[in-house]
Amino acid sequence: MSATAEIGSHYDAGRVTVIEAKRGWRPLDFRELWDYRELLFFLIWRDVKIRYKQTAVGAAWVALQPALTAIIFTVVLGHYAKLPSNVPYLLLTLSAFIPWLLFSNALSASTKSIVENQALVTKVYVPRVLIPAAPVFAGLVDMGVGFVVLAAAMLWYGQVPSWHIVFLPFFVLFAVVASLAVTLGLSALNVKYRDVQYTVPFLVQAWFFATPVAYSAAVFPLGIRPWIGINPMAGVVQGFRWCLFGNGVGQVGHIMLVSFGVTLFLLIMGIEYFRRVERSFADVV
Amino acid sequence: MSSDVVIRVEGIGKRYRLGQREPYRALRDVIAGAVSAPARRLRKSGAARREIWALDEVSFELGRGDVLGLIGSNGAGKSTLLKILSRITDPTKGRVVLRGRVGSLLEVGTGFHPELSGRENIMLNGTILGMRRSEIVARFDEIVEFSGVERFLETPVKRYSSGMQVRLAFAVAAHLEPEILLVDEVLAVGDAEFQQKCLGKMKDVTRDGRTIVFVSHNLASVRALCPRALVLDGGRLVFDGSTEDAVHHYLGHLSGGASPAVVTGEDLRRHVAKERLYSDQPFFECTRISVLDEEGIPASAFSSDDQVTIEVEYTVLRPVPALRVLVTLTDEQRGTLLRTETLDDPASDGPMRLEPGTYRSVVRLPRNLFGEAEVDLNVSLIAEVNQVVDYAALVPIEIRFTGHAGNMRGGAVLRPQLEWRTDLVAERASMTSAQS
Repeated sequence: MSATAEIGSHYDAGRVTVIEAKRGWRPLDFRELWDYRELLFFLIWRDVKIRYKQTAVGAAWVALQPALTAIIFTVVLGHYAKLPSNVPYLLLTLSAFIPWLLFSNALSASTKSIVENQALVTKVYVPRVLIPAAPVFAGLVDMGVGFVVLAAAMLWYGQVPSWHIVFLPFFVLFAVVASLAVTLGLSALNVKYRDVQYTVPFLVQAWFFATPVAYSAAVFPLGIRPWIGINPMAGVVQGFRWCLFGNGVGQVGHIMLVSFGVTLFLLIMGIEYFRRVERSFADVV
Repeated sequence: MSSDVVIRVEGIGKRYRLGQREPYRALRDVIAGAVSAPARRLRKSGAARREIWALDEVSFELGRGDVLGLIGSNGAGKSTLLKILSRITDPTKGRVVLRGRVGSLLEVGTGFHPELSGRENIMLNGTILGMRRSEIVARFDEIVEFSGVERFLETPVKRYSSGMQVRLAFAVAAHLEPEILLVDEVLAVGDAEFQQKCLGKMKDVTRDGRTIVFVSHNLASVRALCPRALVLDGGRLVFDGSTEDAVHHYLGHLSGGASPAVVTGEDLRRHVAKERLYSDQPFFECTRISVLDEEGIPASAFSSDDQVTIEVEYTVLRPVPALRVLVTLTDEQRGTLLRTETLDDPASDGPMRLEPGTYRSVVRLPRNLFGEAEVDLNVSLIAEVNQVVDYAALVPIEIRFTGHAGNMRGGAVLRPQLEWRTDLVAERASMTSAQS
């Protein structure tokens, strides 16, 4: 029993699992999630790999998308955006577009993830939360490419990043958590009501205009400005700009505070709803 | 719980509300439902909610190294039980305690992605089944060797033949090494040779001291692998004991009600092994295939002196110039045992020319042909250039030798009652009288 026992011993062999009808609050089982970390990795890896395999230009797409969009916005909207003029408009848009892409791609991919991965729900047990989480994390690879594009653009404009850039990892995390907070609930809802995945494209479009990506939060009067943070992505986007270009892009503290609060609330609600309905996924999907 | 008990199931029940299993609901249905709900509630007030218990009050225990078979007809609750044990679905009531790492194999190739290569799919599928990356890497060569797809490891799985995909998928699953293994019907894949290999692998696994719960429609494989079996019927546990007794209990049980000896509609579709249609519209449609005893009652267990009748009912939709109906009995170990077809009829003058209508082809197997046999019924309807349908493993037929002419010695698949003649050829003096 030598090799087998040794290899198998990563998992606790003496572990006792109790299965019973459970009602009410079911917190996330972090120990289980830790056990399944390799699966999360492989699901992310699969998503990334397939996306890059199926397209002709592969990685180039991921770089072209934010670059082209930012250029189009600069040409079309540059004059009306009311963004502070000390930083080129293209850079302000690009820096906001990078987290926005993570969010919008996550929204489209995660919402239908459980329905598209039915076998993972009906034929085997894996912590179901991993299924909608994987596409969100897979977006980080695109984000990495986006940052390369941004760095190139900043170099072109000779723009030096603010020292706030040390906080960037935190805002990347914030973008991921905000995406999870919104998509967990939607992916679970989509199992029961397939309508959800059809409304997502409209949702993404409306959400885009509600988020100060192509314009500045400064278009809102000072009094109501913090409340645009009710949209978590407003906080994320403003945070990214603040990290890269410093205080010059306008005061963002209150917006972010509101966004944190809303994200936390949505995350708890999303997890709770997901955990409540996941027990019936296999019967419904 | 004592450390020797690895699985303890206590009063497990699973309820489905009728309609809950419908594929999904559109929001508009819910809105429409909300509008009409008060009216419906008025109409149905007091009426019992429509619900079924797919599993009810099932309890049993399994010790370390036990290998248990689950037997029961379609809808008896076997798969539901396995899904609860593998945590895919929650029970409505009751409790299960599992000790150790659980691996479930309800399907081969879960999570296989056609765009990924064989190598990538081994890693992905292995992780989904609960293996560690290090475990997969350690067994990688073994897995590849078992699957026999070495040369195509870097090829996307979508370019594999379906047989190769199944072999690769089973190879990954076969190298899963949890303390508790739950297996559902996965042996019913691939060609006969590979099935034999899988059965052999499963036997090895059972010898490793792992606790296994095994579901199969194939009574022969349950017999071969499991010393103990449970029989489920309508969600209830009706028998728990040795597999031999369980099989007899199960086969005896089948005489009444929805018998597995009659296969119709959706069930029939599920048994299609091969289908070819050389036109956009079908020429015929098979509606019912049944195995009957002398009285015309569906049965799948027979004595060797019983007459077995096989009926194939089908509807001809468009004129068919040449139709043949084939009945083939196969045995898991030996392959095809018997084949007979409409063309064999001495009165037939070739394939049948049929006008639209409903037809029934009947064949009777002679008494005293088989001794001890466990065979699967396969039926093919062949209209050579128009449409061909093969149904595989429709009904497991079991025949027990009951003796003829007072002789109880069986022990052979074929045990026909033949005529013997013994003649005295030459006389010889008795040895005993010569010695004394």
